[in-house]
Amino acid sequence: MHQRAFPDTDCDRRAYEAAATVCDPEIPVLTIADLGVLRDVSVDEDGKVLAVITPTYSGCPAMSMIAVEVEAALLKAGFPDVCVKTVLSPAWTTDWMTETGKRKLRDYGIAPPVGKAGRGVLFGIDDVPCPRCGSSDTERVSEFGSTACKAFYRCQSCAEPFDYFKCI
Amino acid sequence: MRDPVVEYSLRLADNCVILGQRLSEWCGHGPTLEEDIALSNIALDLIGQARMLYAYAAEREGEDRDEDQLAFLRDCREFRNILLVEQPNGDFGRTIMRQLLFSAFMHPFWQAMTGSRDETLAAIAAKAEKEMAYHLRHSAEWVIRLGDGTDESHRRCRNALEELWDYTGELFETDAIENALIGNGVAVDPASLREQWQKTVENVLAQATLTCPADGYMQTGGRQGLHSEHLGHILSEMQFLQRAYPGGTW
Repeated sequence: MHQRAFPDTDCDRRAYEAAATVCDPEIPVLTIADLGVLRDVSVDEDGKVLAVITPTYSGCPAMSMIAVEVEAALLKAGFPDVCVKTVLSPAWTTDWMTETGKRKLRDYGIAPPVGKAGRGVLFGIDDVPCPRCGSSDTERVSEFGSTACKAFYRCQSCAEPFDYFKCI
Repeated sequence: MRDPVVEYSLRLADNCVILGQRLSEWCGHGPTLEEDIALSNIALDLIGQARMLYAYAAEREGEDRDEDQLAFLRDCREFRNILLVEQPNGDFGRTIMRQLLFSAFMHPFWQAMTGSRDETLAAIAAKAEKEMAYHLRHSAEWVIRLGDGTDESHRRCRNALEELWDYTGELFETDAIENALIGNGVAVDPASLREQWQKTVENVLAQATLTCPADGYMQTGGRQGLHSEHLGHILSEMQFLQRAYPGGTW
């Protein structure tokens, strides 16, 4: 499991909920819990909090910001002793993004990942519906959009350009 | 003797950081805004992969060096990257051809490394292979578009391919250190990836109306620290700040 289904105790729950309020600095409508970046939050008997996060991409510049904000959110929630740990394995995948997260992305104008991450994407073109008008008549302009996690598309129906959050 | 896993991690990290630095030279100079951004994003992925590998090498080395010192305070002869990644960008066609030759190898390489007996290298590989799939798709689509484009774009891609081909032999080289790691399941034997690499490259080149050059003399030396003149110039730019202001941090 990449994250626990529910925290073990009230204290864990309170810490988890505090950490889960942190948003992705590059996509401010998504919390790190929506993204699946927040893997676990636990409080030991001395009150020390361990928050575990995972990077989306190797070079994602948002990660250090997220770590700082998780620490700040936990301090603010009354946990004075906080450790934020970054783990790599298992590798983060867009499959961990919640349905709420996908809906929020679409409402924000970014097409959410289509289908499941996995093999077979090499050399194929993904069919991505336009997040504005819903048309499936879209084309990819560039494999890389404003960040590494997004591709840049254009809708042929409403003529609007949009970002697509790639499956990974 | 140095821990072979440290040496292996440094070789992989150096490949990533040098190519990442090369690609970032395009930032602000890309042929279109989208490509400027794409090359910068690919550079960012590679530098991120290098950071994880340097951090692991530093941790295992246990000599109080950190990832920054490994990247910014080693000299030319200590770098272990292959010569392909330090070759100058040239025009966009040459950059994208170099990217195809490299990512067509690195994608199956990282896939295979997910089975490494070294847990950290396997974890880094699981992250990197997903990124590399997009790098490969990006460069392959461009090589096809340019090779099968105008006479001018075809000619430039063909020249780039012929010049860069001599540097591909090094992708498949191993030495005693690497052979020992292959033997105990930490490293992947690059020879086992050759067929897949060749197939990918030939498939893309065929669609690009380009012909795979015959294997002739192959350049080598990067893993022994014997580099082309270009590496010194990259390092002088990349390492300037840390050399001018020793110990400087953000």
